[in-house]
Amino acid sequence: MSKVVFQKTKALTDKEFSFCAGCAHGIIHRLVAETIEELGLLDQAIGISPVGCAVTNYNNFNCDMVQAAHGRAPAVATGIKRVLPDRIVFSYQGDGDLASIGTAEIVHAAHRGENITVIFINNAIYGMTGGQMAPTTLVGQKTSTSPFGRTVEHSGMPIRMSELLATIPGSAYIERVSVHNPLHVRKAKQAVKKAFQMQMEKRGFALIEFVSTCPVNWGMTPKDALKWAEDKMLSYYPLGVFKDITKEAQE
Amino acid sequence: MAKLMMKGNEAMALAALKGGCKAFFGYPITPQSELPEYLSRHMKDYGGVFLQAESEVAAINMVYGAASAGIRAMTSSSSPGVALKQEGISYMAGAELPGVIINVMRGGPGLGGIQPSQADYKQVTRGGGNGDYYCLAFAPETLQETVDIIKEAFALADLYRNPVMIAVDGLIGQMMEPVDVDRPIPDYDLPEKNWAANGTMGKRERNIVNSLYLKPVELEEHSLRLFKKYQTMKEKEQRYEIVNGEDAEIMIVAYGTMARICRSAIETLREQGVKVGLLRPISIWPYPEKAFDELSPTVKGLLTCELSTGQMIDDVKIANRGRLPIGFFGRTGGMLPETEEIVAAVLDMLKELRHE
Amino acid sequence: MPKGRIEVATDRCKGCGLCIEACPLKLLELDKNTLNMKGYQPMRIHTPDKCIGCANCAVMCPDVVITVYRLD
Repeated sequence: MSKVVFQKTKALTDKEFSFCAGCAHGIIHRLVAETIEELGLLDQAIGISPVGCAVTNYNNFNCDMVQAAHGRAPAVATGIKRVLPDRIVFSYQGDGDLASIGTAEIVHAAHRGENITVIFINNAIYGMTGGQMAPTTLVGQKTSTSPFGRTVEHSGMPIRMSELLATIPGSAYIERVSVHNPLHVRKAKQAVKKAFQMQMEKRGFALIEFVSTCPVNWGMTPKDALKWAEDKMLSYYPLGVFKDITKEAQE
Repeated sequence: MAKLMMKGNEAMALAALKGGCKAFFGYPITPQSELPEYLSRHMKDYGGVFLQAESEVAAINMVYGAASAGIRAMTSSSSPGVALKQEGISYMAGAELPGVIINVMRGGPGLGGIQPSQADYKQVTRGGGNGDYYCLAFAPETLQETVDIIKEAFALADLYRNPVMIAVDGLIGQMMEPVDVDRPIPDYDLPEKNWAANGTMGKRERNIVNSLYLKPVELEEHSLRLFKKYQTMKEKEQRYEIVNGEDAEIMIVAYGTMARICRSAIETLREQGVKVGLLRPISIWPYPEKAFDELSPTVKGLLTCELSTGQMIDDVKIANRGRLPIGFFGRTGGMLPETEEIVAAVLDMLKELRHE
Repeated sequence: MPKGRIEVATDRCKGCGLCIEACPLKLLELDKNTLNMKGYQPMRIHTPDKCIGCANCAVMCPDVVITVYRLD
């Protein structure tokens, strides 16, 4: 007698992920898809694909998908959610999409308290375009456009989006998570679930920031990349809940 | 139906509501701010969504979203704001999404001025964003025509699954004229939006709204399909008016506000016995090339009149196919010509033509 | 009698090795004798009898290639 304790969710299509070997994007897509299936949201879900490594994830999430211009996903999500408020609208965005070109759109979606769920992938680099510096690149980190290492004088300190968005009243739930080992992957899934539940309960804007990896552009093996994320990124990007409107209501 | 005396921007807003617009996203910019203001008050009466976006960029992307969800959506702006929307418009064309964009043109380039202008002609008709696409574009003259065409624009956008641009100017936006907002528009047999990404609800296969085609073979196929649509628009959507053309020696070619001023000039000239007529494009994309094949054999020259330093004149040259001499009269930067200036320009052109 | 069993869609495996790190009993390795359709050495479980069906491997797998069963 055997029972399945883990299988691929039907919220993912059969299409393989386009990501590099060992890239955490795959783990995170799976968590989002599993959450959508487990909460019974697949039929009402409309996802928004970014520009970045995840640009073709409209091929992978097994629901209606809309591909958006770079950074504009929160505005596209707003357009959809405002006209179809009972659908579950989510976006999946990288650090270029959300923390660089799309900063106005994400700030204002949070500011308006748009009832959407945003999955934000922070891997401190621009993967898709070949490893350029991101606003989230760490000080001293070498990338193809910071070949001598990022300096504060030239580029400023890296941007902490979760902390920033948590200051905005319209944010209902902001949490930063990691996927560097199975324990953290399981915890991250709880956060994703929370973020979708916020939408189901119409509480406002929810965002989960994932500290993630880019093995190829960091020049590391997938295993070493997870270690680097754990050792170097978590001290600057601390894990935790930065905003929880349900907790505040209880206080 | 009774006529209302309305300000242009407000008439356009009401026309959109009458045309079935159920979502408006916009941003304030002179000279069209009264349009979003009107909709902020009245959209709820029509059960739609109004949202002032954080920028013109965000607004067009909200239109993209609402349109993806199968809803009739619109945005409006003026020249510099429409420049910001070009990315979003290109995405809409590439993803085959319907939507209406109103450009209340003002002086440019850059921040320019706030007075009326037609210096966005190229931006409107040459597809200001990237790639092989066009917007169906109309340039009405009176508030009545504007209202009628905006109502029809929503149906045309749905019919072709393409953005439709309405190019008016600050004069039209700010003026007051009587309008009947309930005039019927042509009946269009519109298919269901079974392509929309509005949630499968367990009832159908999933839909994807997308403009990315990484394989060149597929992108070419897609572009050729769009091209066919534009060919159909070229065949079916050329709109124009010819006034006083039967015996004209000079045809003024002008649209929108410039055409209105030219009408006064034509009256003056006709009183003086000058045989002048008006070829008024109503669609500026597709450009009404057919009209140039219908000109009376009496026509000796074309005088292109624009509120710019000359943009539509290129389309006049293309449509003319080298047959007739082409002259140009323009005012720009927000300046509007006096009737006398146009009269003088026509007379000058006639003099030149007679000396040759 | 193993407590768990895994199935691996070997042609979808990219040999990234995250599952190998994740297995608490170190039961997994890259199959040095095989190249899958992608040209990777896919994962294999070298001691299936010890599998406890904890699913840590599947939880870390970015390509969802692993199905995990618990056996009674």
